[in-house]
Formats: sequence, C-alpha cells, structure tokens
Amino acid sequence: MFETFYPQLIGLCTGALLLTSALMVWRHSLLASIRLLGLQGIALAALVAVIGIAEDESELVFVSLLILTVKGLGLPWVLAHQSKASIKQIQESPRLNPTAALLAVTLLTILSYVVVSRVFGLGDTTTGHAAPIGLAMVLIGFLLLISRRRARSQLIGFLLLDNGIATIAFLTSGGVPILLEFAISLDVLLVVLILHVFAGRMRTKFGGTAVDQLRELHD
Amino acid sequence: MSVVLWIPLVGPLAFAGLSLLLRGSALRRFVGVAASGAVLVSGLLLISTVLNGAVPTSGGGMLRADALSAYMLSVVGAVGLISTWGGLSSAASSRTRTAAGYEALIALFLAAMSLAVLADSIGLMWAAVEATTIATAFLVGHHRTRHSLEAAWKYVILGSVGVAIALLGIVLIYAASVGTDTPTLSWLLLSQSGLGLDPALITAGGALAVLGFATKSGLAPMHSWLPDAHSQAPAPVSGLMSGVLLSVALYAILRIQSITNLVIGPEFLRTMLSVGGLLSLFVAASLLIRQRDYKRMLAYSSIEHMGLMAIGVAIGPAALPSVLLYILGHGLIKATLFVISGRILKVEGTPMISDVRALLARRPGLAVPWLIAMAAIVGFPPFSIFFSEVGIIMAGWAAGLGGVVGAALVLLLVIFAAFTRLTVQMTIGAPPDGVAFTPDYSAHGPRLPIILALATTATVAFVAEPVGTLLLQATAVLGGSN
Repeated sequence: MFETFYPQLIGLCTGALLLTSALMVWRHSLLASIRLLGLQGIALAALVAVIGIAEDESELVFVSLLILTVKGLGLPWVLAHQSKASIKQIQESPRLNPTAALLAVTLLTILSYVVVSRVFGLGDTTTGHAAPIGLAMVLIGFLLLISRRRARSQLIGFLLLDNGIATIAFLTSGGVPILLEFAISLDVLLVVLILHVFAGRMRTKFGGTAVDQLRELHD
Repeated sequence: MSVVLWIPLVGPLAFAGLSLLLRGSALRRFVGVAASGAVLVSGLLLISTVLNGAVPTSGGGMLRADALSAYMLSVVGAVGLISTWGGLSSAASSRTRTAAGYEALIALFLAAMSLAVLADSIGLMWAAVEATTIATAFLVGHHRTRHSLEAAWKYVILGSVGVAIALLGIVLIYAASVGTDTPTLSWLLLSQSGLGLDPALITAGGALAVLGFATKSGLAPMHSWLPDAHSQAPAPVSGLMSGVLLSVALYAILRIQSITNLVIGPEFLRTMLSVGGLLSLFVAASLLIRQRDYKRMLAYSSIEHMGLMAIGVAIGPAALPSVLLYILGHGLIKATLFVISGRILKVEGTPMISDVRALLARRPGLAVPWLIAMAAIVGFPPFSIFFSEVGIIMAGWAAGLGGVVGAALVLLLVIFAAFTRLTVQMTIGAPPDGVAFTPDYSAHGPRLPIILALATTATVAFVAEPVGTLLLQATAVLGGSN
C-alpha cells in the first residue's frame, strides 16, 4: 500500500519545498517570508519522515522530529520574535522586480535539472529523480542573498540555502549520520541567533537594517 | 595516550566556563593563555607519540591524531599562545563583564579549532569550522562601533555561506560513499584506494568543498570579508584568525585533496588551487601598493601568504613539507605583527600609516620588533618563511608548473617592494623639527612572546630532527611518497 503512494508522497513534499521557495522570492513582506520558511521546514520534516518510513529507519523519523522543531517552529519563531505590528510594516524593496525574479527562479530550476541529470546521473530512483529540487533551492537561496537589501531578508536567503543542502542530503544519501545532523542543526541555529543580534545592533547604530549602508569599509 | 586527545577539547571549554564564573577577578585575563597552553602541550605530547610510530585514537574513532593532525594542533596552540599572551589585557580592564565573554569566546575558538584538526570525519571537521564562525563573530564585533559591526556582518554572512557550500560538497562526497559497501565520512577510510567511489560525485563534491573552505582560508575571489574582519577585530583576535583560522581551513583543503586525488587524479584541484592562489597574490599586490591602514596591510599580507600556500598545495607532495613549515612560520610571525600593531594603535591612536612617522626614533621599543617581524614576513632568511617560499618555488619548477611559480615570483616581488615602502614610511626618518621628544623604550606589553615567536621562526628551519622527520611523516599521511 505504502509503496504505491511513496513516489507521490516524495513528489508532494519536494513540490511543496519548491513552491515555498518560489513564493519567498515573490513575496516582499518579511512576515510572509518567515511564515513560508516555517511551512518549508514542515515540508522538509515530512519528506524526511516519508523517506524514513520507506527505508524502515527509525533514526530518520527521529531526525524528522528534530527538523520539525528546529526549522518548522524554532527558527521562524526566533525570526518573528518582535512585536507583530512592527514586523508587518517591514517591506522589502529588492533589486529585482517580481516578474524578473520569478523568471530567474524558473531558469534556475531548469538549470539544476540539467546539471543533476547530466553530471550526477542520479535520475534512476524516486529520490534521485527529485534531487534537482534541492539544488534549485540552493540556487534560489543565493538569488535571495544577492537581491535582497535588508539584513533579515538576507538571513532568510541563507536559511533557504541551508534547507536546500539538507534536501539534497536526504534525497541522495538518506541524510548524514545523526551526530552530524545534530551538529549542523546547532550550528545553523546559532548562526541565525548571531545574525539576529547583529541585525538588532544594526538598527540601533544605523537606524535601519538596510545592508546597503554597510559601505564604510573599503580600499 | 588517547586521553591526550581530549585535553585540547575539554581544557579550553573548562577555562571558558571558569572565565564566566570568575566574577570580577583579574585572573580572568589569563584564560586565553591557559587554554592555548593546554592545546600546545597536548599537541607536543601527541607529536612525541606520533614520532614513536603510534596513532592515538579515541571516541570510537571520531578523534584521531596522525602526524599531520598532531602538527596542526601544535600550530594552533603555539599561535594561540603568542596572540593571547602578547595581547594580554590589563588587570583593571579584565574585571568587566565584556572581558568575561571575550576570554570565554577565545577559549571556545581554540577548542573548536582543535576539534577541526583532530576529527577523523569530514562532517565533524565541518561542524567545528562552522563553530569557529560562531565564536569569532562577536569577537570581530567586540568594539561595537559601526565599522566593527559592518565587518562582523560581512564576515558571518560570507563565512557561513562559504561554509554552507563546503557542506554541500561534503554531502555529495557522502552520497558517493553511500554507493559503496561502507557509507562513511571518515577521511581515513575515504582516502583508501579501491573503494569505487563515483567519480562524478567526487568531482562535484571535492570542487564545492574546496571552494567553501577556500572562502574561509581567505583565497581570492572569496576574500572580501578578510581585510574588514582583520582590521576591525581586537589585535589578538586578528592574530588568531590569521594564524589559526586560515591555516585550519587550508588543512581542510589538504584533507579533501587527499580524497579527490585517489579518485580523479590531481589535475582538477591543481588547476583550481593554482588559479585561486595566483588571483590571491594579484589581489594582495594590487591593494598593498596604495594601502593606507597598517592593520589592513597585514590582512592583505595574509591573503598573499595563503595564496602562495595554495599554490604549494596545488603542486602536490613535493611542496607539502614546505607548505606545512610555512603554516607555522606565517602563523607565528603574523600573530606577532598583529600583537605589535595593536600596541602601536593603542599608543599612537591611529590606524593610518601616514600618521605614524619616525617610529624608530620615537618608540624604538615597538619599532625594533616590528622591523624584525616585517623582515621575516617579506621572506628574509634566516626566518622559516624564506625557506618555505624557496621550497615551494623549487618544487613547482620541478613539477612542471614553471609558469605558475614564475608569475607568483613576479607578484611576490611587487608585494616585497610595497611592503618595504610602507614599513620604511612608518619607521625610518626623523621626527618633525622643533618637536621635543624622548625615545620611548617600553614595549607596551609582554616582550617574551614576541622574542619566543621570532626566535622559533628563525631557528625552526634548521632543525632536521624532529621537525624535518615530522613534516615528512605528515606529508606521507596525505598520500605523498616524498
């Protein structure tokens, strides 16, 4: 029974991952991006749980719970942890307009399918077939990092990049060893906390969090 | 001996905890020194074990010290000792709460670096390198000025994105090993021949991992965080980052290279690292010529030396003993220079080269060690950097990379000229007429670490036993027969 649904479940989860990534590029409001990031974390946790059940590995189900708490609930809560009223007003004014950005997302997705199928030759299994989604998420994360001006939006780009790497890891090799999974989650959580603190300091020192202001150090 | 493997990890962590507990005590300022001392002593103990032919392992094979790891651990300890001891804060300023966090983060940094060189797992090594980003982020932003905040933001974003790329590479290397009988991230197992790893995945994984760690080791074109972070961080932190962080990232590249060489041969990474190395030398040369800030000058010098080391890694086994000696020499001298630069900044109150004039006449206590260390960093004998540079260039010539080392030599000459001009500007000359002054012979801090660092680098190249033996053993670990 589960075997028949398995490819569809994998497709559903990875589809949700790609959709949330594209929506993050499209939406300019910070609060919406944070909510999408939470949804993406939940989709990633579901993907890991599906792979875990299919491969009959209880360890992966445990990892899926870890991802759900850290990426689905923890990080979005940390990012949104200031008064809802002020965060609702934060609108991003990116360097790319929405049409161009969505076009770029399409091109990046096609590119990652070409790269993965031609270079790695992973297309023969269900999970391998979905692996390009992970690479597409990494590339879209880069796009957000480059095109966004605000400190917290760049942070969301970084987290999208990290989700993409995790997706590739689970789809190609069923995840890295569990001890490492812990270490990686902890590292990412701490980096996000540090950047969050810096974004706060930036607001008090520069009167805003536009990264464009960081132009004083140069040669 | 396997207990010794835990000392450099647990020791600094314990000192970090102590720093937070010692409320208002002046003893707190020795936390960094004690942590470095613990790392150095265990590094030297491990070297003596390794030279006797043993390879200590612990933690179910997660920690392992072969000749290369033991050597790198000693470098971490030695550079840490010079930086923290030379940059010892005053008793009064060490009683504040920020001082507690500062010392604890330095100890944490040292523990993470020790884990990175001792871990027998590329994944754990990755996590440790990323942990140093976390430890150093607040150290770079320690002064809490606009400039240091900007430097810290750029450092954390570029550093963690770079390291994320390395993680992607490591994930692909792991995916390659999943296809074999034993899925593993242990570089000891991965660097055995005949595993049947998938060449396409190893190529992509190796390239991404090297690219990621190259960001952390300050190679162009991913170097842009380095001058900002080095110039804004407190002097001891700059010394630690330059001498330890960059070197450990290079160590990671060496480990990745030993895996890819077996599967796809040396050519691919050789091209990548040669291009990165030459580009770094070019960036350093072009920005040193018109440099105005002496801490940034030292930062670009780090980019230059990392570039030449990368070329050494590209050349392969014949150049590796020189590269390893280079890591020690550069680390010690750069830590010394940053420590002295911190003292100059404190007494002169300006980071601009043009505002610091006639230092030799006015403050010989600072100018004399500054001049000696400058001579060492631009590559005068008897300091070990000279012998490393000659060794790399000779090996490159013999390996048929004459074009690369020729171009590197030309760029080195430009850098030499730029450095000499800037140093002469700062030190030589007479103070303006009519200004009365008395020569200041004070060193404005401990003299002994500076003397130790200079004496070590001046003599280490002449000690064949045990240094030479150790370097050859470490090279053999990386699959070189030389």
